[in-house]
Amino acid sequence: MGYSIMTDGITKSFGENKVLDGIELKISGGEIFGLLGPSGAGKTTLIKILTGQLRQDSGAAFIGGIDSRRLSGEDRRRFGITMDNFGVYERLSCYENLKVTAGIYGVGKAEIGKVLGKVGLSDAAKTPAGKLSKGMTVRLKLARAFMSDPDILFLDEPTSGLDPVSADGIHRLILSEKERGKTIFLTTHTMAEAEKLCDNTALLNEGRIVEYGAPEAICRRYDHQRMLKIHLTDGTDIELPHSRNSAGTIAELIGSGRAETIHTTEPDLETVFMELTGKELSA
Amino acid sequence: MKNTAVIFRKQISDTLKNKTVLIQFLMFPVLVVIFENAVKIEDMPEHFFVKLFAAVFVGMAPLTCMSAIISEEKEKNTLRVLMMSNVKPAEYLAGTGVYVFLMCMAGTAVFAAVGGYSGAGLARFIAVMSAGIILSELTGAVIGIMCRNQMTATSVTVPVMMILSFLPMLSMFNDTIRSAAQVTYSQQISELINGIGVSDVSAGSLAVIAGNLALAVILFIAAYRKKGLE
Repeated sequence: MGYSIMTDGITKSFGENKVLDGIELKISGGEIFGLLGPSGAGKTTLIKILTGQLRQDSGAAFIGGIDSRRLSGEDRRRFGITMDNFGVYERLSCYENLKVTAGIYGVGKAEIGKVLGKVGLSDAAKTPAGKLSKGMTVRLKLARAFMSDPDILFLDEPTSGLDPVSADGIHRLILSEKERGKTIFLTTHTMAEAEKLCDNTALLNEGRIVEYGAPEAICRRYDHQRMLKIHLTDGTDIELPHSRNSAGTIAELIGSGRAETIHTTEPDLETVFMELTGKELSA
Repeated sequence: MKNTAVIFRKQISDTLKNKTVLIQFLMFPVLVVIFENAVKIEDMPEHFFVKLFAAVFVGMAPLTCMSAIISEEKEKNTLRVLMMSNVKPAEYLAGTGVYVFLMCMAGTAVFAAVGGYSGAGLARFIAVMSAGIILSELTGAVIGIMCRNQMTATSVTVPVMMILSFLPMLSMFNDTIRSAAQVTYSQQISELINGIGVSDVSAGSLAVIAGNLALAVILFIAAYRKKGLE
């Protein structure tokens, strides 16, 4: 098999509503994989199926080569999960929260301090989890997912609702886990996050994968929209097709001293998604 | 067993910070100390408040605590986190159940001390209280399992708790209520406590308690099969 995570034609419906339709994924070890899609696209449903929280109607999902429907306790130790709706014990301190997880996984108490340090919560070790900011709560949830030092991390919208500084801190944590060889399955509806973090992405729309690959490769595939944006000295902008036909106009603008700056405009994942589905990713 | 111990220790850590649960454990043991020492009425039966409050405590504290703890964990999705970390539902329920049982038994020790029970009377008091606590815990667990969140659990817990804990008290003053209450374990617990040193344990009381226990176990299994702990 050779893949950390693999799915084969996953289908799931809730009543008449088909949420996932023939999902095929192959995610290698040590990769950050991003599943992008607007709210309600089926991202969380797929994570729940992959982690054995939900049964698919048909198809199969394999985590580390093991069928997600037959994950044992020891198998679950090999992956960490944070989901947006997963709670923390609000009255207990950060340390006490992690002590529960450490007890379950049979991890020594020394590890709790290390993990708190890793996520930047050492100073908040004694703070009740209910008094943490949203960003710090996400860090605590990540710390909990890190406690068993899992090979695979499932992160469901880890930066949803966070300010840019907090989100950047979470991004750095995710990248540091990748450097340690972890496989990370990330769901997001933020195109910039996927472009920044992911080795490969899949664009999910209405339960179907509409595009798959490295973010740059996906964007290159939709490069037909590439334009040249020229800012003129009189303050106006003009856009020209990125083609041989524009060469004369550009030469004239530069020669006359009217062109101030020239930029290429390449499609990003947001643009690609829009072109494929007619929807905005952040919808 | 390891996970059960983890859950038990987690609940212990939470005790002093969880006011909803803490007040249930403390309220009647504290009240009994105050009332037994402060209220002296002529012709009042010996240790009247011990017998009265012990039955109310059994019908209220274990039931409210179990339903509150389980429903809170469900609402805040911390229970799902535990299940995803390979804690089995039975381990969670055992850890929580043992915690509530021991905390209520600590309250029982206060009642026993204030009531001055000793020897066979003490053994009977502890046995009767233990049976009542276990029955109330099962009832509370059924409510916690069936309810989606704390608000729903509270709205179900309050009437059930009031019936179980106040029937024995009201039946002291009204024979009709007393007749109707005979089918409840809390009434039998009350009568068995009142009978310490006065009468033997009646087979009828034991039969009602056993019947209530069988019913609670059936309801618990049905609730768990229907809803699980998710």
